[in-house]
Amino acid sequence: MREITLSQAVNEALAEEMRRDPTTFIIGEDVAEAGTPFKVLSGLVEEFGTDRVIDTPIAEPGFMGIAVGAAMTGARPIVDLMFGDFIFLIMDQLCNQAAKTHYMSGGKLNVPLVLRTNLGATRRSAAQHSQSLQALVAHIPGLKVAMPSSAYEAKGLMKTAIRDNNPVVIFEDKLMYQDKAPVPEQEYLIPFGQANIKREGRDITLIATSSMVQVAEKAAEILANEGIEAEVIDPRTIVPLDEQTLLESVRKTSRAIVIDEGHQSYGVTAEIASRLNEKAFYHLDAPVLRMGAMDVPVPFSPALEDLTVPTPEDVAANARKLCAGEMIHAA
Amino acid sequence: MASAKTNTEDYLRMYRQMVRIRTFEDNANQLYLSAKMPGLTHMYSGEEAVAVGICEALTDDDRITSTHRGHGHCVAKGADFKKMFCELLGKAEGYCRGKGGSMHIADQSHGNLGANAIVGGSMGIATGSALRAKLQGSDDVTVCFFGDGATAQGLMYEVMNMAALWKLPVIYACENNGYSEYTRTEEIAAGSITARAEAFGIEAFRIDGQDVLAVNELAQKLVARCRKGEGPFFVELETYRYHGHHVGDINREYYRSKAEEKDWRENRDPIVRFRTWLVDQGVASEDEIEAINAEIEKDAADAVAYAEAASYPDTSEVDMHVYAA
Ligand SMILES: Cc1ncc(C[n+]2csc(CCOP(=O)(O)OP(=O)(O)O)c2C)c(N)n1
Ligand SMILES: [Mg+2]
Repeated sequence: MREITLSQAVNEALAEEMRRDPTTFIIGEDVAEAGTPFKVLSGLVEEFGTDRVIDTPIAEPGFMGIAVGAAMTGARPIVDLMFGDFIFLIMDQLCNQAAKTHYMSGGKLNVPLVLRTNLGATRRSAAQHSQSLQALVAHIPGLKVAMPSSAYEAKGLMKTAIRDNNPVVIFEDKLMYQDKAPVPEQEYLIPFGQANIKREGRDITLIATSSMVQVAEKAAEILANEGIEAEVIDPRTIVPLDEQTLLESVRKTSRAIVIDEGHQSYGVTAEIASRLNEKAFYHLDAPVLRMGAMDVPVPFSPALEDLTVPTPEDVAANARKLCAGEMIHAA
Repeated sequence: MASAKTNTEDYLRMYRQMVRIRTFEDNANQLYLSAKMPGLTHMYSGEEAVAVGICEALTDDDRITSTHRGHGHCVAKGADFKKMFCELLGKAEGYCRGKGGSMHIADQSHGNLGANAIVGGSMGIATGSALRAKLQGSDDVTVCFFGDGATAQGLMYEVMNMAALWKLPVIYACENNGYSEYTRTEEIAAGSITARAEAFGIEAFRIDGQDVLAVNELAQKLVARCRKGEGPFFVELETYRYHGHHVGDINREYYRSKAEEKDWRENRDPIVRFRTWLVDQGVASEDEIEAINAEIEKDAADAVAYAEAASYPDTSEVDMHVYAA
């Protein structure tokens, strides 16, 4: 199969869906000629024109609100938010308006929009350009949240997101834009709420999202050399969450670590770990561990930044302890 | 060129500060190109007269808020090269102990409340600083630096409204360099920029940001009036950034022509203009100017060498400073 970058995969998904549905349009900063700072959208304005690839001023709450209104009245906007950190600027439009409209209208109004943004530290971009804020939006009923872990997922999830009748937030890992993966030429969609078992194993389940899937896979390799068979699962969407696949795995392995690049506290990892505790309690041989980014703003200095994100070695070390029964009485 | 009533020493300090900014940026760019600097940075080169003209009208008690393109403001407000380069390289002796980097550099000792990586993100902070001055009966003034692109942020209109209602000692300084990222200002700003402030009854000025004396003369007047309770004010300064949006923005002909860049560099350079004026007026000789330039270059080279050799913060610092004691 051909291999393309995550950036190309997103670009293809957008182009295909924009050809298919004339009500779709892209709106955001420097999305047209510049094709975004990460060049993900290069070529789209040439094909679809400036009416459907719309450059905005630096006015995030404004263009987010405009997208909500357009979505409520029959368009399918794809909002480009240059950095995930800017979610804080658009929270009202996203969470008070987009997320609640369908419910508040008694199911009569829809807000079919996609918010494309990114996550991920270790790019030396400091505290306001490095955050992984998926937990914030996943907390709000009415929003769906997709977290692609490779080019393949990025394309299939984007296409599903665009056809979904709800507001969907997609977090791409900005460090992965140039990573290649096999992506079929023929059309495919990845349904929401279907986890992907990346690697099978019987000893421990590593549940990882987005940027952390690679980390978990590397940890599984380290562990395999030591005779520990780790199962690696990528939920692909955290809302909706494929609980069943996660539970089945944990019932089999009896141990789990949940890894996500958001902050450790009050995060995605806590939510998933707690569901496993609630629904697979009798199958567990050890507490379910959470591994997130440290509870600190992302520091600029490389000497500090690299300490804040879970590494394959950290994951392997924790897995080893869980499998050896060492953390059962841990506080 | 307009002339302000200042003495020789003031003129030479202004010249020196502008050259210090340009030299700092040339060295920072070099650090990036030689892969010694982590991440990206935004060069202030070309806009020196704005930061220097304004900051020379301020004292250390006056505050400024800065932007992602913040090295110029930081130097103009009096910062030290060594601590700045250490910050850019993520070293422990940097202004923010390596935690902030280029986009968050701050220097409390000279009243610099910090650069900001959120466009428009400092507008509330600057206005709040001015409210504090008023409430506490202090006569310090706050200058809020921001780009033309930041005028699109709603926050600006909320805080200008309050600043005008409450007559706060704040000066909004819009550095209009013609672009926000890869987009021309005309495409992202409808109508006139100064009219935005005027709508709130704020006195607004539009001025050549490449003429350091004109900028300084206006800044002195406005600062003095702010101290008397006549603020807020708004100034739009017409200027130009020589480099790309950030150091990695090399191929930029698709949004900005080489001819345009050349024209600004060759015909409107703020340092060359001021230098010519200084020599013409007999304030300094060519030799004296060259000596100043050489001294600054050496300062910068020493500071870079110092920063390169300096240590990274100890790993134990990673979770320090999350909460104040
Ligand atoms: C809220 C927000 N939106 C977008 C960005 C990305 N961004 C960084 S600088 C910039 C352009 C700023 O233009 P301007 O205010 O004119 O300042 P200049 O870079 O020209 O000095 C953009 C869009 C950001 N940092 N913050
Ligand atoms: Mg600008």
